[in-house]
Amino acid sequence: MKKILVTIGLYCSLLHGAKAQEFLFYSRGAKNASVSKIDTGFLKRKIKFEEINLVSGYYLQDGNNSAITGGIGTEKLTDWANSFEMSVSKLDRFNRTHRLTADFNIDYYTSASSDKIDPLTISSASRKDTHIYPSLSWSVKDDVAGVTQGLSYAFSTEYDYVSHGINANLTKLSKNKNTEFSIKGGAFFDTYMCILPAELRSFTYPSGAERDTKGIDYKPRNSFNLSFSLSQVINQRLQVMAMIEPSFQEGLLSTPFHRVYFTNGNETVEKLPGTRFKLPIGLRFSYFAGDQTVIRLFYRAYLDDWGMKAHTANVEVPFKLTPFFSLSPFYRFNVQSAVDYFKPYAKHETKDAFYTSDYDISGFTSHFLGMGVRLATPGGILGITNFNSLEIRYGYYSRSTGMVGHSISAHIKIK
Amino acid sequence: MMKKWILYISVLSFILLQSCTAVKEFQKSRINDSEMELSSRKSEKFEQSFYLYREGASGANGGKSGGGCGCN
Repeated sequence: MKKILVTIGLYCSLLHGAKAQEFLFYSRGAKNASVSKIDTGFLKRKIKFEEINLVSGYYLQDGNNSAITGGIGTEKLTDWANSFEMSVSKLDRFNRTHRLTADFNIDYYTSASSDKIDPLTISSASRKDTHIYPSLSWSVKDDVAGVTQGLSYAFSTEYDYVSHGINANLTKLSKNKNTEFSIKGGAFFDTYMCILPAELRSFTYPSGAERDTKGIDYKPRNSFNLSFSLSQVINQRLQVMAMIEPSFQEGLLSTPFHRVYFTNGNETVEKLPGTRFKLPIGLRFSYFAGDQTVIRLFYRAYLDDWGMKAHTANVEVPFKLTPFFSLSPFYRFNVQSAVDYFKPYAKHETKDAFYTSDYDISGFTSHFLGMGVRLATPGGILGITNFNSLEIRYGYYSRSTGMVGHSISAHIKIK
Repeated sequence: MMKKWILYISVLSFILLQSCTAVKEFQKSRINDSEMELSSRKSEKFEQSFYLYREGASGANGGKSGGGCGCN
């Protein structure tokens, strides 16, 4: 028995020694990974906390073109959104950094127009609702090869829909670290509860209100997205990025409780094609002008096979009052043409194949103007070491359709 | 119209790439500044959401281009 115990003891000590050698071998060259020295002088890998991001936002809008009431009526809406994101990393034995990010988001919103789905019962389908959308992402970065690969899963739910999404991405950084190419692919599988306006339901069709969903229709909406991006450091002050993100959707792309009124006074629900192909192309520029000012530019050209064309431009000029405190005025402009199937209230003909009075896909221009404040003091904000940065943004949104909105958000980074 | 924009972007990209200089890591103090990131800020997260709902165009901006959001 004694011999057996001695043999096991020797075997265990041999294994321990081999493991320690493995730590030493693989840890050479590790620079920015989650390694730490222990008393023996060897490097040990352990899970490292990266950061926590807390984002909170409040959005308020009002207008008079609700799609639920056929292109007329209140668009008043409030949305209070909160996000908690946490990342951890770990270095593996090949010196690759694995990063795991968990993101939990919850929105609480109220929508005045949704009361009008069923004025008799106040259906609660979306009058006030909670949108919950967590996601989990994993990536592995190989600094030597300059390659990062990742996978993620996203879940999203509201009263009348559930969505499951999967994404994969691959990024390759050039040897001189000045050029980066990235490819992403994603698919979202959504299921919709078909809630119809009260007056357009058959006698036996459920309202969709709580406790009245038995026998209601559910329809799928699937989205497939691709994204290619190329970023390049042009010189010591300028870097640019080009992106192209084709996407394809199929299934129920209309919203069943959006009303449409015809010229003859009849009424029905929105009807849109069962597929949609979108092609946005984007460009980003970041330029460090002088010692205190950064110019951030974004431009996007967009078109889809529903006949919409759009151009979006965004300019933001962070000005560093001190190295740790900056003000960032921004302005965003968007112009879009209407989809082929859009007409205002009571302008559709009964012979039309597709019809909508949703002003979100009508022709308009929009402006978003505001200011951001960012504080990132060394040693932490308020003396709290891990309180890395605080950012607050306010913006005023206006649309040529008459809709206006206010958005305020705050971001706290703990690192 | 789209072809015209693709042409403009290609010409612009060509000019920019021609003016590229090899920037060493130690010369990237400005490039690595947090304000220089070529992505949306975290604090813009919910702004991206309301653009997605309130405007027809989407994608190529770091946000969603469709799906998983109750929007088309």
